[in-house]
Amino acid sequence: MKDNKFSTKLRELKTEINIDDKLFLNRWKPDHHSHLEIIDPAVCLEQCPGKDCTVFCPAKVYEWRDDRITVGYEGCLECGACRIACPHQNIRWRYPRGGYGVQFRLA
Amino acid sequence: MPEKFDAIVVGAGVAGLAAAYKMAQGGLSVVVIERGDYPGAKNVMGGVLYRSMMEELIPEFWKEAPLERPVVEQRFWFMDTDSVVSTGYKGQEWAREPYNCFTVFRGQFDQWFARKCTEAGAVIINETVVEECLLENGRVVGVRTNRPEGELYANVVVLADGVNSLLGKQLGFHQEWKPQQVALAVMEELKLPSEVIEDRFNLDPGMGTTIEIFGGGTLGLVGTSFIYTNKEHISIGVGALLSQIRQARVKPYDLLENLKKHPAVRPFIRNAEPVEYYAHLIPEGGYNAIPKLVGNGVLVVGDAAQLVNGIHREGSNLAMTSGRLAAEAVLRAHQIGEFDARSLSQYEEDLRNSFVIDDLKKYKDSSHLFENNTRYFNEYLPATNMALHEMLTVDGTSKKDKQKLIMQRLLRDSSLYSVGKDLYHAWKAMK
Repeated sequence: MKDNKFSTKLRELKTEINIDDKLFLNRWKPDHHSHLEIIDPAVCLEQCPGKDCTVFCPAKVYEWRDDRITVGYEGCLECGACRIACPHQNIRWRYPRGGYGVQFRLA
Repeated sequence: MPEKFDAIVVGAGVAGLAAAYKMAQGGLSVVVIERGDYPGAKNVMGGVLYRSMMEELIPEFWKEAPLERPVVEQRFWFMDTDSVVSTGYKGQEWAREPYNCFTVFRGQFDQWFARKCTEAGAVIINETVVEECLLENGRVVGVRTNRPEGELYANVVVLADGVNSLLGKQLGFHQEWKPQQVALAVMEELKLPSEVIEDRFNLDPGMGTTIEIFGGGTLGLVGTSFIYTNKEHISIGVGALLSQIRQARVKPYDLLENLKKHPAVRPFIRNAEPVEYYAHLIPEGGYNAIPKLVGNGVLVVGDAAQLVNGIHREGSNLAMTSGRLAAEAVLRAHQIGEFDARSLSQYEEDLRNSFVIDDLKKYKDSSHLFENNTRYFNEYLPATNMALHEMLTVDGTSKKDKQKLIMQRLLRDSSLYSVGKDLYHAWKAMK
């Protein structure tokens, strides 16, 4: 796609907020173990240069640290995007146990 | 002895609750299983609930249901980076009974709707995840939940388990959705006093506005953004095809923050306090992505069946109608005592004869077209801004020369033929 006003702006978009400030607004009932799991960490290391999940996840659950993906499941908004958009289908995605996870009041 | 019901509904969203309400009203024993703390705890919607389809279930529900504002005005913005072209409709007939649609908070509305189901005789079980459907000789006979000895049995299971529908996938009713079959939306609730909202949006007390934004809100990605008024909150959100968000390597919340800073948006939300933040997938596969809807002892409704009309931001109404039609099919199946796919297929037939499938069919190629041809969102939408800017900026240039200039700029990168072809294809996909 050739460049245009939108694509240029999109590329230059900077993160100006701390996502934790948004997540702190919500009500959470955190579980003790993760409902999200990287199936094979070697796939992230060896086959996935883009680490897309660290970018598109709207809660920044996934971060690349010390050659592996860390999973901050406590802040997961349970949208399911990572399961569908992981380029290697390398994320095992379940719902948190009943009653756990984010509990929306409004929306 | 395991407990057996006439029907199990998985998921207390509006599709599942519509099905549960109708079946309970028809005298069936119904249990609804919900994974949240309460119905609505996991449900996210931009916020528009349509009166007509809800009223088919509960007449004059607006007299008692927790609603935010009746929508009296729908605005549409074609957004460029620093400007918008705006149009819309405001009508006083939407400000009185029976109304057209309402903004609602699903966290509150779904709890009320669930109470109505309970009053009709249904049982709601919260804080419980359904892990899988129980199969016996090729038919669904119940569900297994995450609770100890959590098996429940029924003649029919209604899958209203939302856009992710892990249960539908387990049954092989659909393959995993592709990133271009769902939109990823993020949204925030911003708190403001109701009079401030009414002043800023030019509203009579209690009335509401919706603004749908095309183009600049998603910075050219195929999707929309929106601003809806609630009583004391403004919902603001951005959604785009997951495939496009991934490809653009953009953080969804950066798009939201960018929208909030747009000069046309900023004044509406000045000094508003963020109070809740959401992310949710929206089914966008349309007609071509509708999964298998009926099997032996099982039906699929709502988002789980991809029943969303993205072009018109309609979803809750399709969900409720599908839930109601599924319930009617189950009630007929109950009468003849047969719950196989053939007996339940009345649901699919009724759905095909309703506006639900008709509307999805009408727009079946649109999402695909806009994703494959980036000019619509990246060139033609901004071009509306450029054209009006030129025509309305008075600088001594004659109107004839202005028109020439507009055409030159529009055709700078493409021929008149290709622009005409694009417009024709858009018309064909939308007509």
